[in-house]
Amino acid sequence: MTLPGTLDEAVAALAAMPAAVPVAGGTDLMAAVNSGLLRPAALVGLGRISEIRGWRYLDGHALLGAGLTHARMGRPDFAALIPALAAAARAAGPPQIRNAGTLGGNIVTAAPTGDALPVLAALEATVIIAGPEGSRREIPVSHLLAGVDLLNPGELVGFVRVPLLHAPQTFLKATGRTGPGRATASVALVLDPARRGVRCAVGAVAPMPLRPLEAERWVASLIDWDGDRGGLDPQVTAAFGEYVAAACIPDPLPPQDGSEPIPLPPAAIHLRRTVAALARRALGRALA
Amino acid sequence: MTGIADGVGAVTATPAAGTPVQPPSTMGLGVSLPPADSAAKTSGTFPYAADLWAEGLLWAAVLRSPHPHARIVSIDTTQATEMPGVRAVVTHDDVPGDASHGRRVADRPVFAKDLVRHHGEPIAAVAADHPDTARLAAAAIAVEYEVLEPVTDPEQAFSAEPLHPDGNLVRHIPLSFGDPDVVGEVIVEGLYRIGRQDPAPIGAEAGLAVPRPDGGVEIYTASTDPHADRDLAAACFGLEPERVKVVVTGVPGAMGEREDPGMQLPLGLLALRTGHPVKLAATREESFLGHAHRHPTLLRYRHHADSQGRLVKVEAQILLDAGAYADSSADTLAAAVSFACGPYVVPHAFIEGWAVRTNNPPSGHVRGEGAMQVCAAYEGQMDKLAAKLGLDPVEIRMRNVVATGDLLPTGQTVTCPAPVAELLQAVRDAPLPVLPKDDPEEEWLLPGGLEGAGDPVAVRRGVGYALGMVHMLGAEGADEVSTATVKVTGPVATVICAAVETGQGFTTLARQIVQDVLGIEEVHVAPIDTDQPPAGPASRGRHTWVSGGAVERAAKMVRTQLLQPLAHTFGMSTELLAIADGKITSYDGVLSTTVEEALEGKELWATAQCRPHPTEPLDETGQGDAFVGLAYCAVRTVVDVDIEIGAVRVVDVTVAQDVGRILNPRQLRARIEAGVAQGIGAALTENLRTSRGVVRHPDLTGYALPTALDVPDVRIVKLIEERDVVAPFGAKPASAVPVVTTPAAVAAAVRAATGRPVNRLPIRPQAAVVNRG
Repeated sequence: MTLPGTLDEAVAALAAMPAAVPVAGGTDLMAAVNSGLLRPAALVGLGRISEIRGWRYLDGHALLGAGLTHARMGRPDFAALIPALAAAARAAGPPQIRNAGTLGGNIVTAAPTGDALPVLAALEATVIIAGPEGSRREIPVSHLLAGVDLLNPGELVGFVRVPLLHAPQTFLKATGRTGPGRATASVALVLDPARRGVRCAVGAVAPMPLRPLEAERWVASLIDWDGDRGGLDPQVTAAFGEYVAAACIPDPLPPQDGSEPIPLPPAAIHLRRTVAALARRALGRALA
Repeated sequence: MTGIADGVGAVTATPAAGTPVQPPSTMGLGVSLPPADSAAKTSGTFPYAADLWAEGLLWAAVLRSPHPHARIVSIDTTQATEMPGVRAVVTHDDVPGDASHGRRVADRPVFAKDLVRHHGEPIAAVAADHPDTARLAAAAIAVEYEVLEPVTDPEQAFSAEPLHPDGNLVRHIPLSFGDPDVVGEVIVEGLYRIGRQDPAPIGAEAGLAVPRPDGGVEIYTASTDPHADRDLAAACFGLEPERVKVVVTGVPGAMGEREDPGMQLPLGLLALRTGHPVKLAATREESFLGHAHRHPTLLRYRHHADSQGRLVKVEAQILLDAGAYADSSADTLAAAVSFACGPYVVPHAFIEGWAVRTNNPPSGHVRGEGAMQVCAAYEGQMDKLAAKLGLDPVEIRMRNVVATGDLLPTGQTVTCPAPVAELLQAVRDAPLPVLPKDDPEEEWLLPGGLEGAGDPVAVRRGVGYALGMVHMLGAEGADEVSTATVKVTGPVATVICAAVETGQGFTTLARQIVQDVLGIEEVHVAPIDTDQPPAGPASRGRHTWVSGGAVERAAKMVRTQLLQPLAHTFGMSTELLAIADGKITSYDGVLSTTVEEALEGKELWATAQCRPHPTEPLDETGQGDAFVGLAYCAVRTVVDVDIEIGAVRVVDVTVAQDVGRILNPRQLRARIEAGVAQGIGAALTENLRTSRGVVRHPDLTGYALPTALDVPDVRIVKLIEERDVVAPFGAKPASAVPVVTTPAAVAAAVRAATGRPVNRLPIRPQAAVVNRG
């Protein structure tokens, strides 16, 4: 186990020990170690790298360190900045997990139920990846999650760049119990008044967050961006919910032979209904 | 905490006439004596089985079947045996004694031989000098399977090929009581499904086996029935029972018969084979796969009533999924059939019950067995009847409740106190929690939780009632006996009794009993092993009754030995002497001495047994006096349901319970709260899911236990102390009946909130959604 003090030292440590595995909060990694699924030859601990434990402003964006814990992101000062990410962080699990688990870890683990992921997708956030000899490259979070662009061996997620939109954002999550639990579905929705856009992402229903782009464009065209953005007909918010849900959980394709289409199974119908309710509520709260 | 402090405030004590009023005391019965181990448990120093260590120990790993049903073509252990660090590999060929075992019928192989019958069935075990080596070696055992179609639907078990030489039917009870031709004016029917609750003990199974120089073996484990486990192990090891010793370690949670023999037996075999101590600590996944679950149950009901809502006849079919092996399914079925009508007077009852084998995970004894499944169904039927007749759900129950002297459908007369009407009235009269309509929204914990998606506009509130009953102790002729020894040396008393402390509070109770009888404050309870006389399993509330009774008798015998010489000297009977706070005084105050002086340096020992009155098996029509005693409770729940996404939050649980006598108020309260929590789990989230017999998500993320946010403060509004004259102290065991009743009450409340039928537990979100479109 090595404990580098800077991002570049950490990358160098990984280059020196290609078999080593980086560890931040360890909430996913150590569970795999404990259950015998993973036996890393060595660990590179990222907990001492102070440059990735905080955040700073950078031309209308926030540059978030990958080592930010969910507990830190859940606090009011952060919530004033990026409300949806703060809400997702607060919903991400019991306090023990939130104290340890990090933003970067959530991205790299890329679990379908990762709570920060739909928020980052809706914000169209980018990740800044640290590579050998001080190199940096920046790619959209969604590319990383979709596998369009992969993290190369020896690279580390250093920062996440998030636009500061200065407008309401919501994150809503449905789980199986009242206490902390994995999402059965989640919806992140952000307003972008400067670009007159609504951006929405649905988590946990697919391997990566889904963006209902058509529904976003349709509802954005109906919002009075020059006024107080209120006064949207409840039927419109309801239709938006249905639109989002149908986009994320589509009907099965009709059979080639022209026979009766196969109906969605009851569990999928319930999931679609849940997504519709979450999306409708998320939009309603963002415009309230 | 809302409700009453320590459960005493609102208690209506109805002590028998002439009971002396006791001054407030800090010891003895009726006092909230804290457990002796609570400090060690809270600070993390209490030793559990997983903490055990022995010099030179080896680590074991068990290879379990990945298939629910498969023929074993071959098992090749060569590669595993040759791995460096591996000391022994055992399979079915290495079992020296009985190849099969079981709690009632020996139908379960120690290791699968030709056939695997459930996912996770043990096939082989390895001992190695490192836990990772053991696991790798277990994985390196090459098993060739011919995968077979699993039987996973219990309804198919009747027509399927036999899964076991004993056949697929474990037990069938066709209970028939009264006139089959009677028909009621009103008839309601229902089909109910109960899921697979797992005991999910917070500490997974673990154990250490140490070989003895005499060729025997000692097994250190969190057994809840050490003597039965010893007998079972000795038979499989081919040893006399005396050469196997089970030593009970700290028990990290139990709600039935805790331990998995599929782990203890390989452990002992490996220790005997290698001559070294062998340790095994199960992973969470192995724990979910190995131990017994609550029986998933399918119930079909038809209730007949007259126009006034009085029950006329109940017809029911109850199908229990026993899993691949019989275990204690016969007992579960007896309870399910006997209590199929609930605590109601039913003149005619025709209940047919079956327990069948499938390739699903094994079922066994879990607290409230049988009674919990039927409670959800008969209470669903009572709600249906109320709706059909336009009656209030409480009113229809009130018109039918059982009382002492009434008959069970088994023909047994209820002889113990059965204050069911009083219990129901108590929960009905308790004030309802206020609607938070005037509170700021953030103070209202909505379904879905603090950061959840809850929307007050979509939330509906519902109130539901349920009555439940359980039997206490083993039934149908089981010899329920316990033996205890009490020793007094100087100012200290010691209790030696093999009744395992599972968290139910027996050791605290034993101390209180001895304090009460002997007036000695310092009482120790000895650690347990099978060299002590048997006390039986720690389940069905047995130990409060039989082991508590044995401790009391032994303590009274010591008391007589202590006081006899004094009484003789002063020419009075021992009854005229009193012991309190370590002092012996005579009724007239002439004699006053201390216990220590009276002992004159002697050590006093006494051993006694307690054996309740015998019961009889149910006959071929389900008739017989099968139960020693019964306990009842009434539960009212209030739920909030988000009717768009089907999220349910239990807002309030109000309990009134028939407890006989309160022996330790704080402990009693804790038992009721724990039972309610478990009941909420069974009602809303706890279901070990399978897909074609394969267990899905065997972990604590996939298997969602209720958290502190899911369980509201439990309000105990009434504890009825009507002493059961046949029970020692008159006390009734308290843990099981809230588990039985709470799920039915939650279902009733969700039914009230949504208008949906809610006939399946746990309640799935789609069943709590109201389609408004």
